[in-house]
Amino acid sequence: MAAKTLTIDGQLVSAEEGQTVLDAARDAGIHIPTLCHLNGIQDIGACRLCLVEITGSPKLLPACVTKVQEGMEVQTSSDRLRRYRRMILELLLAERNHVCSVCVSNGHCELQTLAAEHGIDHVRFEYLSPRLEVDLSHRLFGMDHNRCILCTRCVRACWHVEGAGTKNVAGRGIQSRIISDLNQPWGQSETCTACGKCVAACPTGALFNRGATVAEMQRDRTRLEYIVTAREKSQWIV
Amino acid sequence: MDRLRLATVWFAGCSGCHMSFLDMDEWLVELARFADVVYSPFVDHKQYPENVDVCLVEGAIANTDNLELLCRVRARTRTLVAFGDCAITGNVSAMRNPLGSANHVLRRAYLDPGNLRPALPAEPGVVPRLLDRVLPVHQVVLVEHFLPGCPPSAPQIRQFLENLFAGHGQSGECAKVRFG
Ligand code: SF4
Ligand code: SF4
Ligand code: SF4
Ligand code: FES
Repeated sequence: MAAKTLTIDGQLVSAEEGQTVLDAARDAGIHIPTLCHLNGIQDIGACRLCLVEITGSPKLLPACVTKVQEGMEVQTSSDRLRRYRRMILELLLAERNHVCSVCVSNGHCELQTLAAEHGIDHVRFEYLSPRLEVDLSHRLFGMDHNRCILCTRCVRACWHVEGAGTKNVAGRGIQSRIISDLNQPWGQSETCTACGKCVAACPTGALFNRGATVAEMQRDRTRLEYIVTAREKSQWIV
Repeated sequence: MDRLRLATVWFAGCSGCHMSFLDMDEWLVELARFADVVYSPFVDHKQYPENVDVCLVEGAIANTDNLELLCRVRARTRTLVAFGDCAITGNVSAMRNPLGSANHVLRRAYLDPGNLRPALPAEPGVVPRLLDRVLPVHQVVLVEHFLPGCPPSAPQIRQFLENLFAGHGQSGECAKVRFG
């Protein structure tokens, strides 16, 4: 594959054709914050946290779905980008009910960690405090809509890695909800194989193993990538 | 140098932030060398005094008493610090907000469980009225600094105060702080 040369934050980087700016940056040791991206599942550019500036483009572009090009000049951490990222994170924290101190993911949550990394010590927006459900109908897992940021990592893991197609998004805008099958209790889903891939994919405390209490949900974020790589490269032991 | 006039107040929170403050142990002796605690749950002053340099505010604003005292605190204090997650986000104290207005919350707590003699607490002048929404401190008054954590640890509080007294008190300069 042809190599492409570009600069990221002034650093000369060589990447493979077809690689995303995010992958090229990571290979070069440059950190771009992400939320809806997870190694192993396909990217959709939903959360906008990975927005970067590209010289010559009037728009900000999401690094996770932007392919590298020869001679590209990428800026990953200007003041403007940091300001926008902060705003995105604050809006996520204000939209649903995030009570870190009593959350299953306290201390192991991507949203919480990113907020700290961005120096968020308070949220400038008014909290919406919506009334939301917790679905505990599944025998192994729970879903707490109070903590969901609608990144759809669970949906993509369920469709593209497990192939079950149980998880989906219903509604529009602020009314959007992650649902199981035709919006029924998860435990009544006929398609769910109880594989737990959605739980492994979730960046927050929204999906959890039943019985997990405060701060107990630690997940292995590399598990899905491991499964996908093994499948693509036929590494299964026969 | 004049002695620093320090205060702490306790609103809708579990007092964990104040416990964490006490956890600073021997540094409290250090603190006493240059600061007077002029108002606090730890000391026996009944009225919030004038001319306070720094006040640590624990807890969210949940009832009319909280609201009244907070306004007095703001008017009489140079530097207000939202101290801990309840003051900053509402945290556990604000978990009632999704239930709706104060009335909904009271009904849920006192009538729905079906006690023997269900009744809403009403003692005007004694039991303060609940606000319809529990509010973070910065949504009511101007706040200069934020120290998140549930509770912030003693070393974090100490570092924060040392920075603040040294004149560059940004909570961002404090050791890694996060919600929770
Ligand atoms: S999901 Fe993350 S940010 Fe939300 S309450 Fe849980 S730990 Fe905090
Ligand atoms: S457990 Fe597996 S099959 Fe069931 S919803 Fe989650 S990813 Fe889909
Ligand atoms: S449940 Fe988790 S993985 Fe699914 S959309 Fe919500 S936050 Fe993302
Ligand atoms: S990680 Fe790129 S848009 Fe979410």
